[in-house]
Amino acid sequence: MSNCYINGIASISAQPTTDPDTFLDEVIHHKESIFRSHDPNYKEFIKPAAMRRMSKSVKMGVTTATMALNNSGIEMPDAIITGTGMGCKQDSEKFLENILHNDEQFLTPTLFIQSTHNTVGGQVALGLGCKAYNVTYVQGAASFEVSIKDAQLMLSESPEKNILVGGIDEVAKNSTLLHKLDGQIKEDDIDVIKLLDSKTSGTVTSEGAIFMVLGAEKTDKTLAKIIDVETRSSATPNEIKTDIEKFVARQGLSIQDIDAVILGNNGDVEHDHYYKSLQSSIFSNTEQLCYKHLTGDYPVASSFGFWLGTRIFDTNKVPSVLKVNDISAKGYNTILLYNQYLGKNHSIALLQRC
Amino acid sequence: MAELQEELKEKIIEQLSLEDVEVSEIGNDDPLFGDGLGLDSIDALELIVLLEKDYGIKLKDPKEGKAIFESINVMADYISKNRTK
Repeated sequence: MSNCYINGIASISAQPTTDPDTFLDEVIHHKESIFRSHDPNYKEFIKPAAMRRMSKSVKMGVTTATMALNNSGIEMPDAIITGTGMGCKQDSEKFLENILHNDEQFLTPTLFIQSTHNTVGGQVALGLGCKAYNVTYVQGAASFEVSIKDAQLMLSESPEKNILVGGIDEVAKNSTLLHKLDGQIKEDDIDVIKLLDSKTSGTVTSEGAIFMVLGAEKTDKTLAKIIDVETRSSATPNEIKTDIEKFVARQGLSIQDIDAVILGNNGDVEHDHYYKSLQSSIFSNTEQLCYKHLTGDYPVASSFGFWLGTRIFDTNKVPSVLKVNDISAKGYNTILLYNQYLGKNHSIALLQRC
Repeated sequence: MAELQEELKEKIIEQLSLEDVEVSEIGNDDPLFGDGLGLDSIDALELIVLLEKDYGIKLKDPKEGKAIFESINVMADYISKNRTK
């Protein structure tokens, strides 16, 4: 497998994450189980004429793609690969509402065009005039990691390429509420910063976008190296423990070589045991970090772990709000990420400082 | 006619998500496409749907829209002569 370097990255989330000069210095304490992203001034990145038709996910995606490309110094990517769990839900809902209200008549084109999962990838390409490979992966909570896997394979065949990889998901009025009805989202609003101590089932949800520029060549902009990414549809906690040990061993490392582990705990008592099982065993002597009490959980929330990893390497510090145990690594050179949702779509990734 | 012109401006702003445009900024003779309001081909499709939904006018040939959507004045005149609701 070819080298895979992160040569640019940008994030929009429920926290202020677009300013490169800060790293979660101040965090927003959300108080609801469904909350929105902290938005930059999108007009700085998107022309008003183009923006008027864009839903939230398209705005977030186009903006983070632009920022990541700017960070990397790459003007035109050789491929655009996106991952999303639910796609453009807002426009899908509006389109369906129009069908109902207008008795299946008078359907307008804009909402239909923009109600698909690959709208963000398409809009990024349109904005850039990029006619290269453009694919969207919809694989639940592993959508972002599967997109990275595709980029890795492409870099193995064509190491000269620069690949734009993104993950995007948005909150939408009705479909997000459906997840509350089926128990995926907590029934009552909570102080989200205390999410990880929750004793109830379900989680809290939000929205966000991460875009990265990946390349096989290390540059002066390189932020981190993705050593490997692995996904698995379903597994028991013990199987995950074994998977992680084998995954780390395959890289010629041992668990002791991991400086910090970034986990996707989301306050769901029905499924957080996947993480707690690791926290109390193979990672009991490792610095443990969590983030969904800041960002909420959504299908591509795990992409935030990649952003955190690169920021930790870049700043050499870990904001205290992320820490969930008393262990502090001496330095940060190797970080492991693990995420799952409802006991499915497990993903393991290893990042290394460059 | 003046009432219909104002109504059309409001509908166009809402239907086409022209969030930064005020009714007062659209002149009755300003071109809607190109250098005027800057609408594009997707907007033309939206306007065809608007004509049918709100005024009962069904364009048999979408190319007719090019002349009908020239300006607010032309559009209002066409609607007042052909509307069925």
